[in-house]
Amino acid sequence: MNVPHDLKYTKTHEWVRLDGDTATVGITDYAQSELGDIVYVELPTPGRAVREGDSFGSVESVKTVSDVYAPVSGEVVDVNGALGAQSELLNTDPYGKGYLVKIRLSDPAAVSALLDSAAYAALLA
Amino acid sequence: MTPGRRKTVPVPRLIFEKSREGRMGCNAPVADTPEVDLKAAMGSLRAELHLPEVGELEVVRHFTNLSHVNYGIDTGFYPLGSCSMKYNPRVNERTASHPGFARLHPMQPPATIPGALEILAGVQDMLCAITGFDHITLQPLAGAHGEMACLMLIKAYHDSRGEGGKRKVVLVPDSAHGTNPASAARCGYSVRSVPTDPDGNTDLAALREALDDTVAALMLTNPSTLGLFEANIVEVCRMVHEAGGQVFCDGANMNAMVGMTRPADHGFDCMHLNLHKTFSTPHGGGGPGCGAIGLQKHLEAFVPTPVVRRRADGSVELDAHRPLSIGRVSAYYGQFLMEVRAYTYLRAFGREKMADIARHAVLNANYVMERLRAVLPPAYDRPCMHECVLTAEPIKKETGLRALDISKRLIDYGFHPPTNYFPLIVHEAIMIEPTETETKETLDAFCDAMIAICAEARSNPELLRNAPTTQIVGRLDETAAVKNLDVRWRPPARHAVEA
Repeated sequence: MNVPHDLKYTKTHEWVRLDGDTATVGITDYAQSELGDIVYVELPTPGRAVREGDSFGSVESVKTVSDVYAPVSGEVVDVNGALGAQSELLNTDPYGKGYLVKIRLSDPAAVSALLDSAAYAALLA
Repeated sequence: MTPGRRKTVPVPRLIFEKSREGRMGCNAPVADTPEVDLKAAMGSLRAELHLPEVGELEVVRHFTNLSHVNYGIDTGFYPLGSCSMKYNPRVNERTASHPGFARLHPMQPPATIPGALEILAGVQDMLCAITGFDHITLQPLAGAHGEMACLMLIKAYHDSRGEGGKRKVVLVPDSAHGTNPASAARCGYSVRSVPTDPDGNTDLAALREALDDTVAALMLTNPSTLGLFEANIVEVCRMVHEAGGQVFCDGANMNAMVGMTRPADHGFDCMHLNLHKTFSTPHGGGGPGCGAIGLQKHLEAFVPTPVVRRRADGSVELDAHRPLSIGRVSAYYGQFLMEVRAYTYLRAFGREKMADIARHAVLNANYVMERLRAVLPPAYDRPCMHECVLTAEPIKKETGLRALDISKRLIDYGFHPPTNYFPLIVHEAIMIEPTETETKETLDAFCDAMIAICAEARSNPELLRNAPTTQIVGRLDETAAVKNLDVRWRPPARHAVEA
């Protein structure tokens, strides 16, 4: 299972890439593999405030519909519009073109409280 | 049992493809009146509809051949978890087709249908006895409809006490049927999830934390979707009541309890029953269903109208005078002929034999769980109720094959697959509900097939990966079916070229 070293993770299988005060958020390789082929993604509208732990959208596969939880608090500043027509990007490139949203953090330090790659890999073992 | 060979049945053509212009299915007698040109009388028929033009024999053969590639409870074992796909006795059909029932019109004055009203009241009386509730209504047309009706009653109850404004949250366990949060959201509630503890019960500490004066209700399936009896059910109901909330029982799994224990005695305030699961009304092809609901006295003022009410002298009337009622939840009074079937079933068992349903359903599920334990371990290792939830996680770790591959291979062995990937909290879930109507020989044949498939997963994994191979179609592309849904027939391109 692919768990990149430079990202942070949640127990609910989201990943976070911090760039200044903005966090790019997606679901992990493990999550997409467990869900199977993803057929629909529901995302918030930009500008929405999210709180850590709250559901901000959902991912639907042929097996199930799963909520996606905000790893950090802040404001949604960008959503991945490409997923509307190409939800399979979540399966083929979960850490790249298949990202979900970008969140401007209300507290950038909060990211350090998330799991590092070693801790997340241990969770999957 | 060994997997069958590939059948020689060709993929059935659509009836549209059998159409030939001018062919007819009826034989009109020679007219003794002047013939009128149809087009002149009615204008152009809608040519774009491309309705099939076929003879009567073509139609008979078409649908008879289609029925031969169908799979149902009448042709084989159907262990679909959480669905209670039991045998529906033929005598149900016999009573339901009685002209006195079948030819009633829903607009007939109540005074002309005392027999029908007696059937409705009889079903209600028996369901009251089975569930322990004070009142039953048969109006809701499906399980989720029954859930929603119960939540509407709960809402009306809180409103009547002036607490509707603050009680905006419905608690739902993480193992719940997806319809529970959907019903709650439909009634304007926000949904909070309650986790399951390591033994498969509701996590009491988490429930305590979630309970406050914003909670309107807890929706609980008992036995849970894990096929386990909620061990702390009395305490769970007490805690919710203490916080001022109501407790709804999702009765999808009533087959495990019928005749043995009564949900009203556990502390539930209301519940729904699926007559199409527990009480043997047809289930496949969408029913039609019946999501009867039962409720305690304090909710009775709000029940949907009209109410089928037994008078003191035993006769039955339709009572529409309920000023606090939430109103009708369906046109007329539910699916009447389904209630005739359920009545027949209930009468055939009677109070004395009712518990045999649950006893045998639970015994069969435990038998299957024990026979399969070595290859597919139970998700929670304790005696199950009417269904068992197993996990294919060990096989997935070892071979990369999944629950879905096992289920698809089962089709080659001649069985309908069990439920997969539900409940969501169990990885690679395989949920098996054998029901009480199967013989030991059938259960053994099914278990032998499952054990053989698990061996194939190691010895010849391609058999699973490519399954099914014995049917008229192979593994379907579910992703394409969801993403590119197209169920409309169009005439072949040749027609377009001609036009």
